[in-house]
Amino acid sequence: MKRSIVCRCEDISEEDVIQAIDKGYTDIEELRKKLRIGMGPCQGRVCIQLVARILERKTGKKVATIPLPTVRPPLVPVSLGTLASEKDEK
Amino acid sequence: MKSRADVVIIGGGVNGCSLAYNLVKKGLDDVVVVEKNYLSSGATGACGAGIRQQWSTRENASLAIQSVKIFEQLSRELNQDIEFRQGGYLIAVHDEKEMKQAEKNVSMQRSLGLKVEILKPEEITDIVPILDVHGMKAIGATFCPTDGHANPFRTTFAYADAARNLGAEINTHTMVVNLKASKKTIQGVITDKGTIRTNIVVNAAGIDSKTIAEMVQVKLPLTPFRKEIMATERLQPLFEAMVISFRDGIYFSQQKEGQIVGGIPIPEEKGGYKTMPTFSFLQHMSQTLTRYAPLLKHVNLLRHWTGFYDVTPDARPILGEVKEIKGFIQCNGFSGHGFMISPMVSRLLTNLIVEGETSDVLESLALKRFKGKNIEKELSVVG
Repeated sequence: MKRSIVCRCEDISEEDVIQAIDKGYTDIEELRKKLRIGMGPCQGRVCIQLVARILERKTGKKVATIPLPTVRPPLVPVSLGTLASEKDEK
Repeated sequence: MKSRADVVIIGGGVNGCSLAYNLVKKGLDDVVVVEKNYLSSGATGACGAGIRQQWSTRENASLAIQSVKIFEQLSRELNQDIEFRQGGYLIAVHDEKEMKQAEKNVSMQRSLGLKVEILKPEEITDIVPILDVHGMKAIGATFCPTDGHANPFRTTFAYADAARNLGAEINTHTMVVNLKASKKTIQGVITDKGTIRTNIVVNAAGIDSKTIAEMVQVKLPLTPFRKEIMATERLQPLFEAMVISFRDGIYFSQQKEGQIVGGIPIPEEKGGYKTMPTFSFLQHMSQTLTRYAPLLKHVNLLRHWTGFYDVTPDARPILGEVKEIKGFIQCNGFSGHGFMISPMVSRLLTNLIVEGETSDVLESLALKRFKGKNIEKELSVVG
């Protein structure tokens, strides 16, 4: 069976997203919390746009009107050791 | 949206949704939840997922112990996996003074039937192998093996789905504009999507509960505190317990998917409606975490976010009907531990609403306690 991957970090397919939308999770933040899309190392750079398109197709809401999830720092993964070595300059 | 309801619950977090479920399960026909954003969008969705029974006050310990009994069978009851698992909570003890308080807490917790141990320093790594006992400066620890975790989103969604299946109406993206009351009795809820007539309103709006209560001139002693939390990349299973320290304020654990999630307060934090994450948190968290578990310095931090604790003067929730307005019920002020006691809180409030039945715990957590002089403060707070 063909399986289109939407979120590579969390291994979520197009079918998973469609199923969740059919169950009533029609908010991108709800889908995120239900499926963990956007919670991996890429922070949604790959999946969120795709999920927004699927949402548009299923619900008729235009992509431009779908609010994006909150952007959360850091923009790229940083090791705890690196963060811990940072000293205050005070 | 319904124009008339037996009960309107304001707030679609874990407490609002579990209450809706318990009310319809008890046989109420018209239960409506109003949520201004999406389900679990407030404190529930930002929380650390921990479920702890080791508290310093009897009410919190007893609510948590009874909640764990419900959590143990909740996936089956709601027919959805809420990812509940019991890896225990290890609470670090750093000095003699803390040990005295720990002994007092443990003896109270044991009197409620809880299994809790006091660990020697060398026993700490038997439970959590990655810890460095010297680095964390521990002289011992307490450990309760039946404490644990569940997934807060899944729990909220599972309660909401089960509530809907039994006939509850859940309205997301619906904002409460005002409350109607006359002759000191609640009459209805006015939202941006219409008005719902009702004689019972439950205020489970997290940090917005204060604003909701002001609509009928009830003052709640709630202060919002921004709390920061982070998640690392996924790792193989390393440890099962949640590790916390009241002195350092840190808590961290490994979630089911493998990521380590944890938080710590920043020293300069003051109450207020701030939501921006800080660099100070990243420094404090990474420094303390790698002191507790040096191995983790090689692990990447992926995300960092904030949520609110709705903090009361004694760090215990405000529950039950207020005496100023009939039918106005509080379910807020959880001060950072609303998720873990939600199963029992919603049952107690259900008994109050459906049967008119109160309990010692509800009585001692009523709003009117703040008028008294002897407030017993919950001491076992982290994050």
